[in-house]
Amino acid sequence: MPAPTKMISTRWDQADGHTLNGYLRTGGYEALRKALAMNPDAVVDEVKAANLAGRGGAGFPCGTKWSFLPKDIFPRYLVVNGDESEPGTYKDRLLMERDPHQLIEGVLIASWAIKAEQAFIYIRGEMPHAHERVAAALNEAYAAGYIGKNICGTDWSMDVVLHWGAGAYIVGEETALIESLEGNRGMPRLKPPFFPASKGLYMQPTVVNNVETLANLPWIISNGAAAFTSFGNEKNTGTRLFAVSGHVKNPGVFEVEFGTTTFRELFYDFCGGIREDRTVKAFIPGGGSAPWFFEEDLDTQLDAGVVGGKGSMLGSGAIVVMDDTTDMVKAAWRLVKFFAKESCGKCSPCREGTNWMEKIYRRILDGEGRPEDVALLLDVADNISPGLTWPPKQTTICPLGPSAAAGALVSSIRRFPVEYDHYIVHGRPIDGVSTGIYRPSLAPAS
Amino acid sequence: MTDTATTAPETPKKTTLTVTIDGVAMEANPGELLIAAAERTGTYIPRFCWHPRMKEVGMCRMCLVEVSGPRGMSLQPACMQPCAEGMVVDTKSAMVKKAQDGVLEFLLVNHPLDCPVCDKGGECPLQDQTLTFGPGESRFVEEKRHNEKPIPISDLVLLDRERCILCDRCTRFSKEVAGDPLIHFINRGNTTEVNTFPDDPFASYFSGNVVQICPVGALTASPYRFAARPWDLDQVESTCTSCAVGCRVVVQSSGDEITRLQGVDSDPVNWGWLCDKGRFDFEAVSSPSRLSAPLVRAARGAAPEKVSWSAAMTRIATALRTYQPSEIGFIGGARLTNEDQYAYVRLAKQVLRTDNVDAQLADGLTPDAWLGFPKATINDLATAGAIVLLGPDIKEELPVLFLRLRDAAVTKKVPVVEFAAAPTGVSPYAAESVRYRPGEVALAVKAVMAAAAGSSAERQIGGVEADSINAAGAILAKAIVSGKKVVVLLGRASMAEPDRAFVEAALAVSAASSDVVVLPAMRRANLHGALDMGMAPGLLPGRVTHGEGGAWFAAHWGAGPSNPGLDTAAMLEAAAAGTIKALVLLGADPVADFVDRDLAERGLMGAELVVAIDTLPNASNTHAHVMLPAAGFGEKSGTTTNLEGRVTVLSSKVSAPGTARPDWMIATELASMLGTDFGYETVGDITDDIAATVPTHAGATRAELRRPANADGIVVPVPTEASTPSADAADPSVEENAEPRPPSVAAPKPLRVRAVDGVVPQPDSYSLRLITGRVLYDQGSIVQASSSLAKLARPASVRLHSGEIERHAMHPGDVIRVVSQTGELALTIEVDDHLPRGVAFVPWNLADRGANTLINVGELAADGITKVRLESGRS
Amino acid sequence: MSRFNPANLERARELLTHYPRAKSATIPMCHLAQEQDGYLTEEAMAHIAELVGCTNAEVYGTASFYEMFKFHPVGTYVVGVCTNISCLLVGGEELLDHASGSLGIRPGATTADGLFTLEEMECLAACTEAPCLQVNYRYENKVTHEGFDRIVADLRAGKRADIPRHGMLGAVRQSIPADRRAGVKAI
Ligand SMILES: Cc1cc2nc3c(=O)[nH]c(=O)nc-3n(C[C@H](O)[C@H](O)[C@H](O)COP(=O)(O)O)c2cc1C
Ligand code: SF4
Ligand code: FES
Repeated sequence: MPAPTKMISTRWDQADGHTLNGYLRTGGYEALRKALAMNPDAVVDEVKAANLAGRGGAGFPCGTKWSFLPKDIFPRYLVVNGDESEPGTYKDRLLMERDPHQLIEGVLIASWAIKAEQAFIYIRGEMPHAHERVAAALNEAYAAGYIGKNICGTDWSMDVVLHWGAGAYIVGEETALIESLEGNRGMPRLKPPFFPASKGLYMQPTVVNNVETLANLPWIISNGAAAFTSFGNEKNTGTRLFAVSGHVKNPGVFEVEFGTTTFRELFYDFCGGIREDRTVKAFIPGGGSAPWFFEEDLDTQLDAGVVGGKGSMLGSGAIVVMDDTTDMVKAAWRLVKFFAKESCGKCSPCREGTNWMEKIYRRILDGEGRPEDVALLLDVADNISPGLTWPPKQTTICPLGPSAAAGALVSSIRRFPVEYDHYIVHGRPIDGVSTGIYRPSLAPAS
Repeated sequence: MTDTATTAPETPKKTTLTVTIDGVAMEANPGELLIAAAERTGTYIPRFCWHPRMKEVGMCRMCLVEVSGPRGMSLQPACMQPCAEGMVVDTKSAMVKKAQDGVLEFLLVNHPLDCPVCDKGGECPLQDQTLTFGPGESRFVEEKRHNEKPIPISDLVLLDRERCILCDRCTRFSKEVAGDPLIHFINRGNTTEVNTFPDDPFASYFSGNVVQICPVGALTASPYRFAARPWDLDQVESTCTSCAVGCRVVVQSSGDEITRLQGVDSDPVNWGWLCDKGRFDFEAVSSPSRLSAPLVRAARGAAPEKVSWSAAMTRIATALRTYQPSEIGFIGGARLTNEDQYAYVRLAKQVLRTDNVDAQLADGLTPDAWLGFPKATINDLATAGAIVLLGPDIKEELPVLFLRLRDAAVTKKVPVVEFAAAPTGVSPYAAESVRYRPGEVALAVKAVMAAAAGSSAERQIGGVEADSINAAGAILAKAIVSGKKVVVLLGRASMAEPDRAFVEAALAVSAASSDVVVLPAMRRANLHGALDMGMAPGLLPGRVTHGEGGAWFAAHWGAGPSNPGLDTAAMLEAAAAGTIKALVLLGADPVADFVDRDLAERGLMGAELVVAIDTLPNASNTHAHVMLPAAGFGEKSGTTTNLEGRVTVLSSKVSAPGTARPDWMIATELASMLGTDFGYETVGDITDDIAATVPTHAGATRAELRRPANADGIVVPVPTEASTPSADAADPSVEENAEPRPPSVAAPKPLRVRAVDGVVPQPDSYSLRLITGRVLYDQGSIVQASSSLAKLARPASVRLHSGEIERHAMHPGDVIRVVSQTGELALTIEVDDHLPRGVAFVPWNLADRGANTLINVGELAADGITKVRLESGRS
Repeated sequence: MSRFNPANLERARELLTHYPRAKSATIPMCHLAQEQDGYLTEEAMAHIAELVGCTNAEVYGTASFYEMFKFHPVGTYVVGVCTNISCLLVGGEELLDHASGSLGIRPGATTADGLFTLEEMECLAACTEAPCLQVNYRYENKVTHEGFDRIVADLRAGKRADIPRHGMLGAVRQSIPADRRAGVKAI
C-alpha cells in the first residue's frame, strides 16, 4: 500500500509548527536565503525545471506563468489566492493555519523571482483562524527581518500584506480576486484582454498563485528541481494534497505523490473504504465544478492529464465520494444551487440560467416535475455551455456558470436518467436512496 | 465640411487591417471593436450593454459571435474584440443564433414583459430583439423576481428594477462620463440591482442621460413618464438653446405638445449627452404663463390689456417715428435665432439708424474679447497641451462642455489649469487650481505666465501662493513647448468683477504663444450669433467695426447707423437721464440680469416707451408699455450659433401659443411699417441673405446646412472649400445663395481683441469681496416655468468660510444682511470652507432680488471689485 | 450606528498605508466597522467612503456583494451550518433542520433575544470534518444534534470565551512596524 509522501505537510502535527521558532528549528527560511543568493531568473528556471503545476484548479505550470510577465514593466505584484471555497476543497486552510511560515517563505521566493513590488495574501473571509495564524507569522517574520526593509540583510525590500475576503466564492477566480483586492465587487474580467500577467492588479503585471502552489517553493529551492521531479511522474511532479470527503470511513486530507496513486487506493487504503462497506455510486474527482466519475473509474491515477482525458479534472484536489444510497438528483441539485447562489451576476446566462436551473430542480424535488423538465434542464445548460463538453465552452466570461451546466448536472442526468424520471413520475426519489429529502421548511426566510 | 475623401492627404502605408465578416472581407481600423466595425460595414450585431461612448464591459453577452482564434472558431463578445488582421468572423452561424436566442431568453426570464404599459414600448431594444431573434412563448414557468415598482432615484429619474437587465450602462455613465457615481450595482448574482445609497439620491446634472441610454424601460424620467407613447411621437432634429454649447437634439411631440428631448450623438459637440436643464426645460414651452397675445398698458403701472397685433405694432411704429436714432435703444436678443437677430440689427442699424444695440447686459465681455482671439473648437480640448480656465463654473453654466472637458482631463490626460476665486465643478479635475483674490485675476495670471517663462514667483501674488503660481507655470511651460494648442476657456467668472480683468488675463496668456486659442465660455444660447450679427454698439454683422464694415453694409443696405452707439449700461443711464426715450427689450430682463439692478430699474422707469418682446413674463415686463408674444424654442425654425461659432439648424415642431410669432417677422413688419421692405418671405430667405451679405457667413446657406455632411453644423467663418458643392448633393428644392457681393467694396477685416488696462483693487480689511456666479437651476424665467426643474433651484444663501462667520460672531443658518454701496440682501449663512477668507459668495439670480442688487457699475469700473459688509438681523 | 471610534479610525488609517491605492482598503475597513458595531452601518460606510475617497454608493456596492457583511443588526452569534455536498452527504441538511427547530427560527432569521442568527452556509473548507458549522466563523467539526444543543447551551451560559461576538474577525492583526516597512508605493 502506498504511504503518504510528506513534502509540504511536514509540520501539520508539530505543536509549534506555526511559530517562527518551530519553523526555523525545522529548516525554515533557509530556502529564502538560498534563493536570495541566486539570480531571480535562475529561481524562475528552477521552478520551471521542477515543472510545478498550479494547485488552484487550472493546473497551469507555475514557472511558465511567471515567464509570461512582460519584460521591464514595473511595478509588478504577487497575489496569493487563499480564497479556498470550491466545494469539497480543504487544504489551503490547513497550510495557512498549521504552517504559515512555509507559505510566507514561498511568497518571498516567488516575489524575488518575479521582482514583485509587493505581495498580497488574500485569505477567505470565513477563515479567521487562518488570518490569525498568518498575521502572527507575518508579524514575526517582519520583526525577524524576513520581510520588509532589507530582507535577510540584503538590499532587497518588499512588503507582504494580509488581505481579508468577505464571503464570495467567485472571488477565487483570479481576475475577480484582483477586482476584490482593488476594493470592488468581485466580478471577473474578460481574458483577453485582462490577463493578470499583463493587466492585473491596478492594471499592472500580476501573478496570482494558489497557496499550495507557493507552499512547494521552499522545498523546491532547498532540494532542487531534480529532487522534486523525482516525485510523481514526468507530467505530474511532486506531491499533491487531496481532501477525501463524503461516504468514506475515514475522510481526511492526504499528501500523496502526484500522478501515481489511484482513486481506489485513496478510498480503500488511505480512507479505509466506503462507509458500511457499500459500493461507490459516483465520485467527484476535483471539486464541485468537475464532472463526476463512477465505479469504473476507480483505478484511474490521480494524474491531471489522465483525469482530463476522461472528461473531468483533478481541479483543486477535492474528492467527494457518494455511495449507492445517494440521491443523485438531490446531490446534483445542491451543487447547482451553490453555483446559482455564487454567480457574480455579471453574465446574463450565468446569472439567470443557473438560477433557472436551480428552480427547475426544486420543482422536481418538490414532486412538481414535468416530463419536459429534464430536456429543458439540458437545453438551458447548453445555452450556458454550448455542447456541454468538458472543458466547458462558455457563453460567459468565466467558467462558473458553465461548471454549473456541464458538471454535476450533466453527469447525473446522463448516468441516472431513471432517478430523474422517478422523481417526475412519482414525486419522490427511487427506493433506497436518501441524503435527506428536500424540505420546503428550510427555504431561507426572506 | 466637405467629404474627407477629397481633402484628406493620401497616406502611403496601409493603416487599416482586413477582417472577414460572414465571408465578406472588409477594412477595419486598428483597435476598432468588432461590433463597431461590423456595424460600420452594414452588419448589425445585437447588443445591450455596449455603448459607443463608454468603456465596454461584455456583460449582457448578446453580441456573442464566432471568432477565429488559435484554437479555431469560438464564441466571443463582439463588443470586447478588437479587430485583428485576418480575423474571420461568423455572425450568423447556428452556434451564434442559439447563443443569442439563449441570452435573450435569459434576459426575459425575470423581465415582467409589461411592454403595453411601458414607456419604452415601441422603441425598446429588448422588445425589438425579442421580435427579431427571440423564441416564442416562455419556457420559464417559475416565479419571477419581484421588486417594488418604480422607485425615484432622483428628483427627475425613476427606476423599475424588475425591468432592469443589468447592462451597467447607467452605472457606467454615472461614473465614467458624469463623474457622479451615485448609482451602483448592489448585492450579487440574480439579486443584483441598480440602486443608490440610502437617502443619497442620484443628484447629477446629467441624470436624464441614463434614461436615454437605458436599453429597456427600467429608467424613466418623471417629466416624461406616461406623457406620451413612443409610437404616437413624431420628431425633428434641432439644437438645444438652453446654453451656448448647442447640443444637437431630437425634439419629440405628441399632439401639438413637446413631450421629450433626446440627445443626438454629434461628434464635435455633445456625443449624445444632454444636461438635465436642456433635456427638461422644454416644459416651459407649454407653460400656462406663456405670453400668447399682444398686451398694452395705457400708462406705466396700469393693468395690461389684450390688443390686436396691428394695434400694438402701430403704437410702436408711431412712437419710434417720433424719436431721433440716438433716442432709441435695443437691449438683449442673445437667445434669438441668427435670423431674428439679423432682422433686428437691420431694423435698428439700417432702418432706425441707431447703433444703441447690445445683446449683453454688462454681464459678459466686450465683443472684441468674445470674437477677437484665435478661436478654438470643443474638440480641441481633447488634443490640447493644456486647458486654461478663465471663466465661470462651466459645470453650472455650460454643463455638456464640462463633460467634454472632464473627458479630456480624465481619459485624455490633458492638464487643466483653473483660475478661479472659488472652487468650481472643474476643480476636482484640475491639475492646478489657482485661487486668486477676487478682482486680482490678471495679477495672478501674469504671475503664472511669468513663471511659465522662467521667472518663478517667490511670494504670494494676487492672493495666490507662490507654489501654486509656479506649479501652474510649469504645466503651461510644458504645454507651450509641446507645440500643441493651449485652449483658454474665457468668460465672466464673476459678475462682481469687471469684464476687463478677465480680458486682460486672457491677453496675458495669448501673448505667451501663437498656439493659444480661445473658446468663449458664454452662457446665453446664441450670444455668439448675436455678436456675429452685430448686436453690439460699434459693431456690424460679420464681426466688423463701423470703421471696417461701414462701406460694405452701406453698399448692401443703402444706409447704416448715424453714429456710434451705447452699450446696455450707457443706454440705461441715458434712459434714466431721459436722453433715451424708447427701450426695446428683446427677450431681455435687465431687472434680473443686468449687473446693476438699481440702474436697470431707474433706466426702465426713465424711458417714455418700453417695448418687451418675449415668450414669458419677467420682472422687467412690469415696466413695459407694450408686450409682444414671441414664438420660442420648438416653435420657430432658423439657425443658431454655438460658442465655437458653429451654425446649426433649429426646427419648429409645435405651434406657438395664441398669436405669438417669431421675432424675425416682428422685425420685418416693423421695418416695413417704417418704410423699408426687407423682402423676407420665409426665415430661409434671411438665412441665405446672411450667407450672401455677411462675409464670415459666406457659404452657410440653407442648402449647405441641409447637406448630410453638415449635420453637425458649419463653423464660421467657413473654410473656402466648403462652399464648393460636392458629392452629397444639396437639396434641389432650395436655390443656391443669392445676390453676389458688390466687387467695388473689399470684404472688411474681422475684429481683433483690443488691449485693456485693469485696476488693482485696494484691499480693505473691513469689508469682504463679493463673488457671484450662475448656478444651473436658478430663478430664470425658463427654469421657473419648467415644473420639474423649478423645484430644484436651491434657496438663496451667502457662502462664507467658517473663519469669517466666527470673525463676525455669526452662525451657519443665521439670516443676515449682506450690504453693499447700492443695496442689501437678507440671506442665510452657509458654511463653505473651500472658499478663501475675506470673500462672500452669493449665487447669481437665486433670490427674488438677486446678487445684482449688490453691484454698482460705477464701483466696478473704479475699484475693480464689489465690496460687501455682513450685518446681523433683518433690516 | 456610528462612524469609526478613535481607536478604529487609527486602525483604518493604518490599513490605508498597506495598499498602493486607498480603495483597496475598503473590504478590510468594512470588517473593522462590522467588528465595531456588529454590522455595517450607513454611517460607517459613509465614513469609509471618505477615507478611501469614493462615494457612499461605491462602498455599499462593494460591501453588499459579499456574504459576510450585514446591513441590519444580527445575533451576537451567527450560526452558519454548511449544507454543501460533503456535509449534505453526511447529514448537513438534517443538522440545519435540527438547528432551525431547536433555535425556533428559519435560516436567515434571528432569535427574539437577539442572541442567535441562523444561516445556511456554502462549503466551509472543512469537508473531511462534515457535518460542520461555524459560530461567528469559528469552526465546529463533526457536529451531532446533541453536540449542536450543547454548543448553544454553552453559548447561552457564556462558557465559550473562545468565540468573540459577531463582527470580530481576526484576534491577531497584521501590524507592520514602522522601522521594518519597505514602504508601499502609491500607484
Ligand atoms: C470559479 C472559480 C473559482 C476559483 N476558486 C479558486 C480558489 O478558491 N482558490 C484558488 O487558488 N484558485 C481558484 N480558482 C483558480 C484561479 O482562477 C487561478 O487559476 C489560480 O488561483 C491560479 O493559481 P495557481 O496557478 O497557483 O493554481 C478558481 C477559478 C474559478 C474559475
Ligand atoms: S460566468 Fe457567472 S460568475 Fe463568471 S463572470 Fe459570468 S456571471 Fe460572473
Ligand atoms: S454588447 Fe457585448 S456583451 Fe453586451
